[in-house]
Amino acid sequence: MLRIKNVESGYGRLKVLKKITMHIGAGEIVTIIGANGAGKTTLLRTVSGLIPARSGEILFDMMEIGTLPPEKIVFLGCSLVPEGRQVFAPMTVKENILLGAYPQYRRKRGDQIRDDLDRVYGLFPRLKERERQLAGTLSGGEQQMLAIARALMARPKLIMMDEPSMGLAPLVIKDIFTIVTRLRGEGSTVLLVEQNAKAALGIADRGYVLETGRIIMQGTAEDLLSNREVQRAYLGRDLDAEGTM
Amino acid sequence: MLGGMTAVTLNQFIPLPLAILAAVVITMIVGAIIEIVFIRWLHKPSVLRMVIITIGISILIRETALHIWGESVRALPYFTGSSVSSINLGGVYISSQILWVVGIGALVVAALTAFFNLTMLGRQMRACSANRDAARLCGINAGNMVTLSFMVSAAIGALGGCIICPITYVQYDSGTPLAIKGFTVAILGGLGNSTAAVGAGMILGILESFSIWVLPTAYKEAISIAILLAILFVKPSGIFGSAEAARLKEF
Ligand SMILES: Nc1ncnc2c1ncn2[C@@H]1O[C@H](COP(=O)(O)OP(=O)(O)OP(=O)(O)O)[C@@H](O)[C@H]1O
Ligand SMILES: [Mg+2]
Repeated sequence: MLRIKNVESGYGRLKVLKKITMHIGAGEIVTIIGANGAGKTTLLRTVSGLIPARSGEILFDMMEIGTLPPEKIVFLGCSLVPEGRQVFAPMTVKENILLGAYPQYRRKRGDQIRDDLDRVYGLFPRLKERERQLAGTLSGGEQQMLAIARALMARPKLIMMDEPSMGLAPLVIKDIFTIVTRLRGEGSTVLLVEQNAKAALGIADRGYVLETGRIIMQGTAEDLLSNREVQRAYLGRDLDAEGTM
Repeated sequence: MLGGMTAVTLNQFIPLPLAILAAVVITMIVGAIIEIVFIRWLHKPSVLRMVIITIGISILIRETALHIWGESVRALPYFTGSSVSSINLGGVYISSQILWVVGIGALVVAALTAFFNLTMLGRQMRACSANRDAARLCGINAGNMVTLSFMVSAAIGALGGCIICPITYVQYDSGTPLAIKGFTVAILGGLGNSTAAVGAGMILGILESFSIWVLPTAYKEAISIAILLAILFVKPSGIFGSAEAARLKEF
């Protein structure tokens, strides 16, 4: 579904991503884990078109998208739930969700929007209760739900999420991860970027470890979960201490 | 100014309603051209930079207008009646043109409110102003929305110029004081709130008219600047805006 080959990108003179190569198959949940500043957000911004790739190729459904602007990439079926939610704060919850359906309007699929609206309200009943509230007045967790709902309205084949669990309480995180699993069950493909490596690897099929702009490790979720280095660096388990006990 | 002048010129050849319509359309096109030529290629321009560029362009337009139309003062005819006729409203005599100004102003505000709140295009524009990147991630072409916003404001400006110029007359440089007043009223009402802007406009008008009791008439024009500064220092969210709403304000 998505194939990234030797992609480099960055900001101004700063090169953040160095020769990234990875792929995501249809129906998978793939997670990218990495420390602060590793370049996870930069990678997602590059794939979604917000910053152009400097070199390498990004193929989505066999189509080169490395040089396309974000508005075109969304139409192809690749949506991003950006870091920090980025809801339209001065607009109502419903307006936010309907704006997410804009690609559907343009594809002349306006008739499906009602069903899609019911579907995301089914996933996030809280949003339906708050339909008329301004998005900026929602709680952090509700804003995250709204951001996901907005992205889903475009009916993406691939949905990329940038740290959906950031700043949320454990219970809310659990809800959101349940939804991600449910999305895969309904045929979506998910690229999940997380600091919360344990939870992310818990639901993912495969994972990549990103460090200072390079992929340093990849494998199935189970392999990564049992890998000693991953455990030490990202799962917060101090093996040396355990060993001496 | 551009709208008024164009309408006056066109009105020599075609009837008044058509001349106004054509002037509005022409000004809209000029607005779009300005955006495409001067603004669009800027990479993430700051608001301040855009303001400075637009002031520069307004000087350019004024000088061009001076070349085309000269310094002479012109006006459109009254839409109904004439400059001496008036209508008796409950004992108060007012010129019929004033009613046109108020009526069309109310219509424009209503139309704008409906446009921004009820149409997909209006919502797209609000989304772009609220969060440009997020709007692009929804598939909205943010560049086109900026062009459109220039066209809408140019059209409103032109229409406004046409409906007041029978009363105030129009000249190559009559745009600037109006722009200052417009900006004051917008700030006074709280940016992005067209209904409050109307209220603010009334307040400014009344203040200006009564100022001649206490100040020499020459200072009348300075009132709006003084208010503008005062508001910016004291309550940047506008007198009708609450601080809470200002935090979520759309510009
Ligand atoms: N707009 C920007 N301009 C310049 N440099 C940037 C910009 N955004 C990010 N960077 C730099 O790029 C590097 C990677 O940042 P990025 O946001 O991709 O990290 P991240 O892996 O998402 O981190 P986090 O987990 O904290 O979100 C950092 O060193 C950061 O300072
Ligand atoms: Mg990040």
